[in-house]
Amino acid sequence: MRRFSHLIAILIIAGLTLDSRGVERSAVAAAQAPQILRWAGDPEGGAPFVEADPARPDQLVGFDVEIAGLLATGLNRTPEFLNIRFDSIDQSVGRGDADIGLSGIEDTPARRATMAVTLPYYEFREVLSVRDADAARFRSLADLRGKRVATLGGTIAYEILVRAERDFGLRAVSYDDDVHPYSDLVIGRVDAVLLDNVLAERRQRAVTGFTIQPQTIAVGHYIGLLSASNAPLRDAMDNILRTAMRDGTLERIFRKWRVWNDDQPKLYQRLLAGEPVPPITGLDTSVSVATMSKWDATKRYLPSLLQASVVTIVLSCLSMGLAIALGVMIATGRVYGGRLTRLALLGYVELIRGTPILLQLFVLYYGLAAAVRLPAFIAALLGLALNYAAYESEIYRGALEAIPVGQLEAARTLGLSERQVLTLVRAPQAFRLALAPMTNDFVAMLKDSSLVSVLTVLELTKQTQIFATNLGSWVIPGTLCAGLYLAMSLPLAAAARRLENRWRTPAP
Amino acid sequence: MTDVVLRTERLHLSRGTRPILTGVTLDVARGELVALMGPSGSGKTTILRAVAGLERFDTGTIVVDGVPLAGGAPIPAATLRQLRRKVGMVFQFHCLFEHLSALSNVCLAPVHAHGVAPAAAATRGRELLAAFGVEHRADAYPRQLSGGEAQRVAIARALAVDPPVLLMDEPTASLDPERREELGELLQGLLRQQRTLVVSTHDEEFARQFATRIVRLKNGVVV
Repeated sequence: MRRFSHLIAILIIAGLTLDSRGVERSAVAAAQAPQILRWAGDPEGGAPFVEADPARPDQLVGFDVEIAGLLATGLNRTPEFLNIRFDSIDQSVGRGDADIGLSGIEDTPARRATMAVTLPYYEFREVLSVRDADAARFRSLADLRGKRVATLGGTIAYEILVRAERDFGLRAVSYDDDVHPYSDLVIGRVDAVLLDNVLAERRQRAVTGFTIQPQTIAVGHYIGLLSASNAPLRDAMDNILRTAMRDGTLERIFRKWRVWNDDQPKLYQRLLAGEPVPPITGLDTSVSVATMSKWDATKRYLPSLLQASVVTIVLSCLSMGLAIALGVMIATGRVYGGRLTRLALLGYVELIRGTPILLQLFVLYYGLAAAVRLPAFIAALLGLALNYAAYESEIYRGALEAIPVGQLEAARTLGLSERQVLTLVRAPQAFRLALAPMTNDFVAMLKDSSLVSVLTVLELTKQTQIFATNLGSWVIPGTLCAGLYLAMSLPLAAAARRLENRWRTPAP
Repeated sequence: MTDVVLRTERLHLSRGTRPILTGVTLDVARGELVALMGPSGSGKTTILRAVAGLERFDTGTIVVDGVPLAGGAPIPAATLRQLRRKVGMVFQFHCLFEHLSALSNVCLAPVHAHGVAPAAAATRGRELLAAFGVEHRADAYPRQLSGGEAQRVAIARALAVDPPVLLMDEPTASLDPERREELGELLQGLLRQQRTLVVSTHDEEFARQFATRIVRLKNGVVV
C-alpha cells in the first residue's frame, strides 16, 4: 500500500490548484469523451462494495459497481472504472481524475462542505463488535473504559471513538483496512471494533468468535462523491437515484448483495418526500472541523499533530538506535565472520533489501501473530529497525573496508589484538566515513516511520491524513505536517553536520 | 657474529603457484643495520613482512631474539604476542592512524596493548618525538605532517614499545636528499642504542653510506 507521506507535496500543490484544474479537466473530458463515466473505487475494500469477480477476475462486481452502471446508463454513458486507494478517492475526484467516487463512501459534513455529494443511497448503522466471551459485559462504548477499540482511520467511526476517548476513557486504535480490526479482535489485540453494520456483517460471515452488539452507536449513509464543480452532473445523478429508489432498482441491487434491510425504505421515503437527511445521526457534528474556521480547525488538531510528532520522533530515534546496533553487528560479522556467518548475514541483507518494508511490517505484526503477539509499537520499532539494519550494515561494511589495509597491519605489528584493531583503529575511522550516509538514513526513517500506521500506530502522517479527511482539504494539514517533519529533520541534519565537522580529520 | 638477534633459515614462501622466497637464510647480529637490496619482486618486503608476522611462510624457520616462528602453520597467539614485543615495523607509506594525532599514534600501543598508564605513555611519547625532532608536531594529525615528519612519527610509534629489532620498508623512497641524510643519521643513533635494523631499499648510495652490511636478493634468494 502506498502511503500519503510520499504524496504530501503533490497533494498540497494539487489542493492549491484543485478548483481551476478540476474544472478545466472536467470540461475537456466532457468535450472529448462525453460517452464515458469515469468512476473511482477501491477493489481492496471487497464485496459487497467493489471486488474482482472470483469467477472472472478481470470483471468487477459489487453493489457500488451496479450503482455506477445504473448512473452511467441513466446518463447515456459507459462506466469506466478507475482503481483508486480508498483514502485517496476524495483527492482523486477533486483533481478531476474521475467523475464520481463510489466505494462505500460515507456522507460527512466535511464532504458536504467541500465536494458535491449525491443523495445518500444507503443507510448504515455504526455497530460495536466484541469477542463472544465479552458479549455480556461490553454492550456500549461506556463499558469499554481503558480498553482498546479498533476502527478504520478517518471514518465517522473513528471520530466517534476519538470523542469516546474523552467521554469514556477508552483507547481508539486506527487501522488502514477493515479486515484486520476483526482478526485482531478475535486474537485479543483489541477489545472491540466499531464499524458500520455492512462491514461487520461481512466479516462475521468469514470470521467466527465475535458478536455484533444490537445497539446502534450512530447512523450514517453511503453517497457518491463528485468534485464541487460537478454539481450539475450530481443533480442529474440524484434524479437517476430518485427514480431507482421509486422503481425498486436500488432495492433489487441491495437485496442481491444481501444488505437490504428495513432502514432503506424509510430513508428513500424521506428523500423522495424532500425531507433533509443529516449526514450522521448519533454524533454531534456541530463541532465538526469542516464547519469551523480554518484557524479553529488548526487549533483543534494541532495538539494531536504534536502528539503524533512525538510518536514519530520517539519511534524513529529508538528504531534508528537499534538499527545502528544491529547494522554494526551485521557489518562486523560480514567483514570478520566465517564463511557460514558471512553467507547467513548476506542472505539476511538481501532478503530485507529485496522485499518491501510494508510486507515486512505486515509479516511481523499480522503474519507472526499466531506465534508472537507483538504490541503495535514494538512491532513497528522492530520492523523499522530490522529493515534499516540491513541498509546500515552495508554502509558500515563499505566504510570498514575503506580503511587501508596498511593501517590495520601497522596496528597488528604494534601488538594490538584483532578486537583492538577494530575498536581503536578501524571502527573510529569507518564511523567518520559512515556518518553522512547515516544521517541521511535517519532523516529518511523519520519519513518512513509513517508506514507503521498500517500497524495501527498513530504517527504524524496518519494523524495528518485524519485531519485532512475531516477537514476536507489537504492544504493546511499538509503544510502543518511538512512543517513538523522539517522541524524534526532540520535540527537532526544540523547536529549531524556539527558532529561531522568536529570529527573530520583536519585538512593539511 | 656472536649475538644473532634475527635468523631466517631456508625460508620458502609462495603466493599461489608463484614462488616469492626460495630458501632465504640470513643472520643479523645485534646492533647491525642490514640493508636488503635487490630488484623489484626479489622478495625484500616479503622477508620483512614474514619476520613481522604479517605473512605466513611455507617452510623454514625464523627466530627473532629467541622467539621462533615455524613455516607451514599459523603463528600461535602466544608466540605472536611475544613477537610483537621484539619487532617494530615502519611501512613505506608510514600508515599512521589518520584519526589520531601524532602523539596519540605513538601512545596507542603502549596504553592499549602493553598496559602502560596513559600519562606515562604520553611522557615517553613526547620524549620519542623530541628525540626524532618532531615534538612540536605532537598535536598534528597525519594529514598535516610532511613526508619526513610522518616517517619520524612512524619510527617513534614503532619504537614506543621498545622492540630490539626495527624493520623499515623503503624508508628513503619519498625523501629528498637532505631528509635522507637526516634519516641516516637518525638510524645511526638507533644503532648506538644497540637496536638492530633491517631496511629494504633500492637506494644504493644510502645503503653504502649507512648500512653495516648489504644483503642482496634475487629471485627470492640471497646472492
